[in-house]
Amino acid sequence: MNDVTARAKLSPAGGSPPPDQPLYANRQKVYPKAVSGPVRRAKWAVLVVCLALYYLLPWIRWDRGPGAPDQAVLVDMTHGRLYFFFFEIWPQEVYFLTGLLILGAIALFAATSLFGRVWCGFACPQTVWTDLFMWVERKIQGDRNERMRLDKAPWTAMKWRKKVLTHAAWLAIAMATGGAWIMYFNDAIELWPKFFTGQAGAGVYLFFWLFTGTTYLLAGWAREQVCTYMCPWPRFQAAMLDENSLVVSYRAWRGEPRGKAKAEGIGDCVDCMACVNVCPTGIDIRDGQQLECIGCGLCIDACDDIMGKLGRPKGLIAFETLKNIAASEGATRSMSPCAARTEAGMGVRHVPNFIRARTIIYAGVLAAVVAVMLGAWLLRQEVTLAVLRDRAPLYVRLADGGVRNAYTLKIANKTRDAGTLTLALESHAPLTLSIQEAPEAGPNRFTVNTRADGLTEWRALATLPPGARMRESTEITFRLLDARGRTVARTDSVFLAPHEEHRR
Amino acid sequence: MPTKIEKDALTGTDTTGHEWDGLKELNTPLPKWWLYVMYATIAFSLVWVILYPAFPIRGATGVTGWIAREAVMQDVAAANERMAPMLNRIREATPQQIAADPDLRAFAMAGGRIAFANNCAGCHGAGGQGAQGGFPSLADDDWIWGGSYDAILQTIRHGIRAGESDEERTSMMPRFVADGVLTVPQVNDVAAYVASLGGSTDDAAAVERGKPLYADNCASCHGENAEGNRDVGAPRLNDRIWLHGGDRHAIARFIANPRMGVMPAWGGRLDPATMNMLAVYVHALGGGEN
Ligand code: SF4
Ligand code: SF4
Repeated sequence: MNDVTARAKLSPAGGSPPPDQPLYANRQKVYPKAVSGPVRRAKWAVLVVCLALYYLLPWIRWDRGPGAPDQAVLVDMTHGRLYFFFFEIWPQEVYFLTGLLILGAIALFAATSLFGRVWCGFACPQTVWTDLFMWVERKIQGDRNERMRLDKAPWTAMKWRKKVLTHAAWLAIAMATGGAWIMYFNDAIELWPKFFTGQAGAGVYLFFWLFTGTTYLLAGWAREQVCTYMCPWPRFQAAMLDENSLVVSYRAWRGEPRGKAKAEGIGDCVDCMACVNVCPTGIDIRDGQQLECIGCGLCIDACDDIMGKLGRPKGLIAFETLKNIAASEGATRSMSPCAARTEAGMGVRHVPNFIRARTIIYAGVLAAVVAVMLGAWLLRQEVTLAVLRDRAPLYVRLADGGVRNAYTLKIANKTRDAGTLTLALESHAPLTLSIQEAPEAGPNRFTVNTRADGLTEWRALATLPPGARMRESTEITFRLLDARGRTVARTDSVFLAPHEEHRR
Repeated sequence: MPTKIEKDALTGTDTTGHEWDGLKELNTPLPKWWLYVMYATIAFSLVWVILYPAFPIRGATGVTGWIAREAVMQDVAAANERMAPMLNRIREATPQQIAADPDLRAFAMAGGRIAFANNCAGCHGAGGQGAQGGFPSLADDDWIWGGSYDAILQTIRHGIRAGESDEERTSMMPRFVADGVLTVPQVNDVAAYVASLGGSTDDAAAVERGKPLYADNCASCHGENAEGNRDVGAPRLNDRIWLHGGDRHAIARFIANPRMGVMPAWGGRLDPATMNMLAVYVHALGGGEN
């Protein structure tokens, strides 16, 4: 092959340059229309509950006695405490939080495999706040058509007024959102006077404005762009869905061919665009399953409304499994559009199969995590004893030939009373325990104070007398006993002595 | 090499017109706001470069004049200010008083640990375990100059043979062979005797010969029963702890030509609060005496 033919092969086949394709697309603004119906009512209910929880939770008080915050839900970063009603965790117990997140993730997987994107459509903060912002927008600027007209209209005083009012309302909600966020990290009642007099910390203002800004931007401006372009969840949620998941679907076997209501030989879809007009992401569910669909189900309400008016059975768009869609499709392929076709298609439906390998596995994992967390919660100790063995030196030779090990003991008292406990050392070897600053309470026993909701630290020395049988490593146990001699906490450690050849 | 732009049947989107081994790429346009976000980040970085030090050039400090080192210094100053009340109390108190007060004690142990790591661990080891060859362990129960709070504090403040202060601890062991006090065989006998005090006897005759030599030459400082004398820093010899090795040969070598250790005086280097914290910390390492 010579050079000329090689070049000819590489040159464009048709010889035509590529037409000007846009590299960047303008955003198509979505003007969702108001809709009413059972799904919309359910969404309102979820919205009210979620927002009420979020905004009001920090105000709930919970008496924990003197010296402790009385806010029911509080993350105290300064002192490293997380309060949740009767529950309080320390930084070293953050695994409870991790467990909760794992629980949330698996529950999300399970819900998705059963009902599709219910999280996205109903409970995701992005959806909830966007819904709220759209409601505000609608109250001020009117419904879909009015908003579209307003956006096209010249900038009159009236337009200015409506736009400014909308953004002011959005900002107010956004500020309430940022304001609620910081109350989870500071005592709400103490914070507000400081907040308004400029005396709160820089971090408080930073997070206030951060959450105000993001709420305003994401719910006011970005909206469906978050779901379509930014959020990772839609990218991999398809992995949890299968043909048995209940997802928002258009029953094409019943609706097609679409056309005017009075036309002949036409399916049930009258092509009124009601489903498209209400869609918060601006898509057409009749095109089938799409990444953009957040599963909010508003198109179901919109379509049911139309079907009701036409006196046709509802459910042209419905929460339906792909398996049933396919079955109905198969049963009605040879039928022409008529009421009998709808009946036949619905007749072959099966109750969605909720119990299948995928959901059983999710349920199993969920149960396992719940069990582990419950176990951890039940076994959680109010008083813990941590034993840190000195590593440098591993052991100390004493003047008389004895050997000594040193331990740092940390007693964490998670209760509200500073009790006194007895610390005991147990071992098969004839070890003697000494703690410089604690009074002795018997052989190898010392009386130690604890600090309410705090830590006390003790330096304990264990000594093996000269002449005693020496082993390189001896198991020992530190035990904390209460006044009645019951074990409150125990921790094992070892006593180390020189290797044989170093004993002289 | 665009070949042919087609419409993808599934998505209705055009392809880019390129084909690589049969693979075609959809030409889905990027939302414009993404592009604007990228421009915004570029603008942000430009502003950053102007405001903050961004180039590894001396003087390129940015118009805010922010300097990382200064920020650290401010943090340190703020931390010092927060610690000041505690440090003041520690400065005014004696180590005994500090040890008796749980709050002061906890503070002193934490501060002492850091001061020890910064100043003492180089010779005495991270946990005060010392090292053979003249760096005494501070974790055992054998003290050359005393292990009470006061003795420890005095040693820290004035040092040992540091030549910096009149109150320093100082003493000198004669170089028995070099100075012609004992002959080499005699030194070997004394060494055998001294080693036997610590429990190792392998040459009974030498021990017998060494005993009177010890009484004549060593007992004045190290004591008749080799119990040592802390006033002159003469270590106890009848125990199992040896600074320069406890076998006969190491002992003989040391008697023939002793090496006297030196510890700097920290009085001029550390502030009194730090020395108090060190005294409490060292005392708690394991060997503290009353
Ligand atoms: S796509 Fe992401 S942001 Fe959008 S509703 Fe679903 S989870 Fe929320
Ligand atoms: S297609 Fe229907 S379910 Fe999907 S986002 Fe639009 S309105 Fe919601």
